[in-house]
Amino acid sequence: MAMLEAKGLTKRYGKVVALDRCDFELRAGEVLAVIGDNGAGKSTLIKALSGAVTPDAGEVLLEGRRVRLASPTDAREHGIETVYQTLAMSPALSIADNMFMGRELLRAGWQGKILRRLDKPRMAAFARDKLSELGLMTIQNIDQPVETLSGGQRQGVAVARAAAFGSKVIILDEPTAALGVKESRRVLDLIQDVRARGIPIILISHNMPHVFEVADRIHVHRLGKRLCVIDPKDYTMADAVSFMTGAKEAPVTETA
Amino acid sequence: MTTDSDHHETSVRERRAETVATFDEGPKGPVARFQHALHVTPALVPLIVLAAAIAGFTWWLGPRFLEQVPLIMQQVQIVGVLAAAQTLIILTAGIDLSVGAIAVFTSVVMGQAVFRYAIPVEVAVAVGLLVGTGIGAVSGALVSRLKLPPFIVTLGMWQIVLATNYLYSRNETIRSREIQEVAPMLQWLGYKPNEQLVQWIEAGRGIEWGRRRPPETDSAILDFIWATNITYGVLGMIALVAVLAYALRATAWGRHVYATGDDPEAAELAGVNVTRTLMSVYMLAGAICGLAGWIMIGRFGSVSPSASTGLQGNIQAITAVVIGGVSLFGGRGSIWGAFFGALIVGVFELGLRMAGANAQWTYLLIGILIIGAVAVDQWIRKVVA
Repeated sequence: MAMLEAKGLTKRYGKVVALDRCDFELRAGEVLAVIGDNGAGKSTLIKALSGAVTPDAGEVLLEGRRVRLASPTDAREHGIETVYQTLAMSPALSIADNMFMGRELLRAGWQGKILRRLDKPRMAAFARDKLSELGLMTIQNIDQPVETLSGGQRQGVAVARAAAFGSKVIILDEPTAALGVKESRRVLDLIQDVRARGIPIILISHNMPHVFEVADRIHVHRLGKRLCVIDPKDYTMADAVSFMTGAKEAPVTETA
Repeated sequence: MTTDSDHHETSVRERRAETVATFDEGPKGPVARFQHALHVTPALVPLIVLAAAIAGFTWWLGPRFLEQVPLIMQQVQIVGVLAAAQTLIILTAGIDLSVGAIAVFTSVVMGQAVFRYAIPVEVAVAVGLLVGTGIGAVSGALVSRLKLPPFIVTLGMWQIVLATNYLYSRNETIRSREIQEVAPMLQWLGYKPNEQLVQWIEAGRGIEWGRRRPPETDSAILDFIWATNITYGVLGMIALVAVLAYALRATAWGRHVYATGDDPEAAELAGVNVTRTLMSVYMLAGAICGLAGWIMIGRFGSVSPSASTGLQGNIQAITAVVIGGVSLFGGRGSIWGAFFGALIVGVFELGLRMAGANAQWTYLLIGILIIGAVAVDQWIRKVVA
């Protein structure tokens, strides 16, 4: 069954057509990789699905119901969480602050109602729970600023934030692009962990080995639309690259 | 290819024992630990400098310097309140050059509301605060919606407000005596609660002095309270700083202010309404400048459109904020730091004056402090690397 579906998405920037009646389908419990050459429109597609861009035409369906994603906050309220390539974290603020940015918990009673006081202990405990659930453990200080963490740790916190709140879909935009070999390894493990918990993932990546390692299906994006969806077990990385650059004819069957 | 994918297969299926990311902190030297402490508590540096300055002047000039600390509080109350407004703006990575001008203009508005339109004084004060908020709202809209640079917006606003101030007031000063007779509440922030308390207690006991209460009576406690020299304006400044410190630290709004200054795009994607946060900050800063305008009437007694605050208030406030360790790049620093920064300037001004030094020494030292504070800020930010 399709968890998240898009039909005929179109987005124009002046004369440039970024999305040309594009279709998209994410099934329950899978890791769907989205690959495409630079300028193919995959980032516009992802932005349309995460609410950062409003398409000119077409519709988005979540669990078969039509949804309107006018802003990232809208998408979040529908249970769609995005880990942006930039991570969207405030470096000077703490791990707990960042995890709850924009959806802070208030104290119970008059302190929360009248003084609008944050429930910092509860947020810290929740953050610690979520990080350890994903094996991001041995945290000494949940209050330490994010900028004191390494790139992999930051990515881990961003994924943990998405996993903690993303009840329906998690979108990961180039999660390993800025990381070293060892840290990439750990983030790929994280992706497996999140999938094991039953949450489907959309993975945007340029890194073919990573895509072929974790993806159940691969959505090949070309010239603003879905060219084909392939099963990584049936094709090689070279095939996938040929499809996305147009060097090779795409397979006729639209879904693998 | 099959071998390759097999390899991937095993590497995926294999459960890794190693942790994904550890947050252990390695052994740290005292310098690194100090750097971390500053990183977490940015108000520490100005507090240390303030304590050292007070201790140094007390050692140099004797205890008579310590007795003047309440006077320093009175002298810095306007700059201290303006620095609180400035801190809010600078935390969002902006700057407000119009704070002093807004303060002078709102004090004029409060005065003219009473004397030109005969509006009740409580309403006049409220109108003044509203005008401050309104000016802040205009700057805020230009910065947050039209995306104009805050420096340019407030540079223009500074001139506009100051000119409006002279045109509207026709450059007329309202004298202290007139205010005292018609609308004493305008000067309320200049009143001294300690003196009122002593007078109230002594009146209860049936004691009445002539024109002046002698500094020494048979009640040492009342003498001490009489000598503390605190005004409602000083109390207001401390209360304002405490409330803002709470709001910045313990409410979602405060976290959003820091996130907006740190990285506005990241904050927006993380679910912060950056436009609304900026609007709230500029409006609140405007209202605080209005409060500073009211404090000015209490401090000077009169309402003068040509008060020096209009020209110097912004630089003085920025100086206090920078010495207070608030980063001009936004997202870092605390309101207490700015408060300590204002006090540091006040301590140096009064201390050097009491020591009989040339006033230029004050400016020279403040210049060194500014550069030193920014150097420390850069050093703290190096934690990142």
